[in-house]
Amino acid sequence: MKPRVAFFDFTGCEGCQLDALNLEPDELLGLLGAVDIVNFREVRTDRSDEYDIAFIEGSITRESEIARLKEIRERAAVLVALGACACTGGINCMKNAYETEELLKGVYGDCAAYYDTIPTRPADAVVKVDAYIRGCPPTTTEFVKVVKSLLLGKKADLPNYPVCTECRRAGNICVFQRGGTCIGPVTRAGCDALCVSAGRFCWGCRGLVDDPNLDSEKDILARYGLTIDQILEHFRIYNSCTEATQCQK
Amino acid sequence: MSEIKIKVNQLTRVEGHGNIHLEATDGKLDRVLWEVTESPRFFEWMLKNRHYDDVSTISSRICGICSIAHTTASLQATEAAFNIKLSEQSWLLRKLLYDAELLESHVLHVLFLVAPDFLKADSVIPLVATHGDVVVMAVRMKKLAYNLAEILAGRKTHPITPVVGGWAKLPDIEALKAIRERLDKAVDDAETMVAVVKSLAPGIPAFDRPTEYIALKDNREYAFITGKIASTDGGTVNLNDYAKVTNEFCVPQSSSKYARHKRDSYMVGALSRFNLNADQLLPKAKKAARELGLKAPVTNPFMISVAQTVETMHALEDAINIIDKLLARGIHEEEVKVKPRAGRGVGIVEAPRGMLIHDYTYDDSGHIVSANCIIPTGQNHLSIQKDFDTLAPTILDKPEEEIRHTLEMLVRSYDPCISCSVH
Repeated sequence: MKPRVAFFDFTGCEGCQLDALNLEPDELLGLLGAVDIVNFREVRTDRSDEYDIAFIEGSITRESEIARLKEIRERAAVLVALGACACTGGINCMKNAYETEELLKGVYGDCAAYYDTIPTRPADAVVKVDAYIRGCPPTTTEFVKVVKSLLLGKKADLPNYPVCTECRRAGNICVFQRGGTCIGPVTRAGCDALCVSAGRFCWGCRGLVDDPNLDSEKDILARYGLTIDQILEHFRIYNSCTEATQCQK
Repeated sequence: MSEIKIKVNQLTRVEGHGNIHLEATDGKLDRVLWEVTESPRFFEWMLKNRHYDDVSTISSRICGICSIAHTTASLQATEAAFNIKLSEQSWLLRKLLYDAELLESHVLHVLFLVAPDFLKADSVIPLVATHGDVVVMAVRMKKLAYNLAEILAGRKTHPITPVVGGWAKLPDIEALKAIRERLDKAVDDAETMVAVVKSLAPGIPAFDRPTEYIALKDNREYAFITGKIASTDGGTVNLNDYAKVTNEFCVPQSSSKYARHKRDSYMVGALSRFNLNADQLLPKAKKAARELGLKAPVTNPFMISVAQTVETMHALEDAINIIDKLLARGIHEEEVKVKPRAGRGVGIVEAPRGMLIHDYTYDDSGHIVSANCIIPTGQNHLSIQKDFDTLAPTILDKPEEEIRHTLEMLVRSYDPCISCSVH
C-alpha cells in the first residue's frame, strides 16, 4: 500500500502547502504515483483520518489548535513541520512582543471579544516533530528531498551550517561589506543564499543553526560598527520565538 | 416536520478556514451563515516600529497565494508616504511581475480549485486520469507564471527583489527573451482554458443578485495596480479616502472584519473589474469574453471564474507587450534613492480576488507608526452572506447534498483568501 499523506494548516499564509506542490508536471505526477494524498483541505474535498505522514503548516496561536495538533500527532507515524511558521513559529512570533489584550484591543477595538488568540509557538513546542522542512517558504527542492527520504525510511541529510557558506559559494559580496545587516552568519543554510543572491540580505527564515557561532557574530558587530539593536530588529522578524523570554515551550 | 441541517466544517479548496451552516424546517429557511473561523494574525500590530525596508517583506507574508499583491500594495503605500515616483523601467517591471501573480492565481483557482466542482470530482487529482491533458496544461501555465516571477523577483511566493523605489536586482535580458517565447506558446494554453471553461459553463447555476461592484479604474488601461476606486453605483473615490468605501465593521460569526458601502453589500474581484473595465481588456481577452458570452454587467457571482479566465488571457497578453517594450528599450541599472519622511501613504492594488489596501503612517526615521490593511475577501464576506440569504430559500426543495454543494460552489467562486482576510 502506498504511504498515506495528509496536509494540515494551522495559523499561517498557506504558501508552503502550495509551493510544496509547485513541481514540474512529471515530478507532480511522479509524487502522486508514489503516495496517496488522503487529506489536503486546500486542494481536495474528501478527507480521511487514516494517514501515515502528516505535514503541518503554520504556527500554533489558539488553544483549539493545540488539541487539534495533538490529535494529528496521535494518528501520524511521522509528523513533519513544513515551513518557517511550523518549524520555528516564524513571523507570527512577532506578536508575542505584545500582551494579548493589547493586540486584541489594538486591532479589533470594541469587537475584541469575537477573537481568540494565545502567544504563538512552533509545532515542536506542542508535540514531537520528526522532520523539519524549513524556510519562508521552503524550497521545492528541499520538500522533494525530504519526501523521498521519508519514503525510503531515511533521515534527510540537510545542512546544519550557516547561510554564509552557501552565500560565498554563490559568489555574493558580503552584505556587511555592502553596509547592511544580515542574519546569515547564524542562520541554517539550505536555501542557496537565495535572498542575498537576489540583492537583499538574509532575514533568518530557516532558523538558527544548532550551534551558532555567537563570538563570530559579536566580531562582525564590532568590525562593522553595528549595534545589537540593529541585528535584533532583523533577527526578531523570524526568530522571536527562539528567544528564551518569548518561547512558550 | 422535515428538517434540513447542513454544517460544512472547514470548506475545502479555498485558502483558509470557513464554515457553512444552514438550517431549514418544512421548506422554510431558519438560518444560513457563512462563518469565518481562521486564527487572527495581527499583522497591523506586527508592522509597528518596523523599518520601511522590511515592511513589504513582512506584509507579503499575509498571503501565500497573493504575496505579490501584498508586496505591491505595501511598496506603493510606502512610496506614497515618502513621495517617491518610480522610473518607467521600474514601473514596467512591477506591472510585469503583477501579471505573473494574476496568471498563477487565476489558473490555480479556475482549473485546480473550481473545475472539480463541475466534474463532480473531489479534487484535481482524479482528473489526472480522466482529463490528463488539461491538468498537464494547467500545471504548465502555473509553472510558467512561477518562472516569470522567479526571473523578476527571485521567487513567486514572497518576492525578494522588489524594494521601495525600485528593484534590488534587475532581471536578465536573456531570461526575459526565453520566457517571452514560452508566454507566446501559452496563448494556446489560455485558449484551451477558455474552451475548457466554456465546456463547463452549462453547469454554472442560474442565479443573479445584482449588487454594487467596486474596483480600481484607470483611463489608460485595465487597472490592476493603478487608478482610483470606482463603483458601478457611480463616482470615483481617491485612494486616501478608501475608508469612505470600506466602512469596516465586525460580526460575531467571523474572525474577519466585514465591509459595506452604498448597498447591503458590495463585491470586489474579477467580476467587479470586468463590470467596470471590460472595454479596456486587450484584444485576445476581449475575444475570450465574447467566446464565453460574458457581457457587462454580469450579476451572477458563479461567473467570477469565467471573468478570471478572461483576465488570464489579458495578463498573458499584457506580459508579452511589456517584455517587448523592455527588450526594445533595454534594461539599465538605476540607483534607488529613498528619503524617509513622516507621513501617511495609501497603496491600493487589485489582488486577483479584489481590491487590496495597505495604509501606513511613518515617522521621520522611516519606521511605521501605524498600519491598516483591508483585504478583498474581507470586503466580499458580506456579499457571500447576502448571496446565501437570497440563494438558499430558492434551493431548499433540492436534495440536501445538492444544497450543500451549491453553497460550497458559491463561496468557492469568490476565490476567498480567508488567511488574508484575518491578517
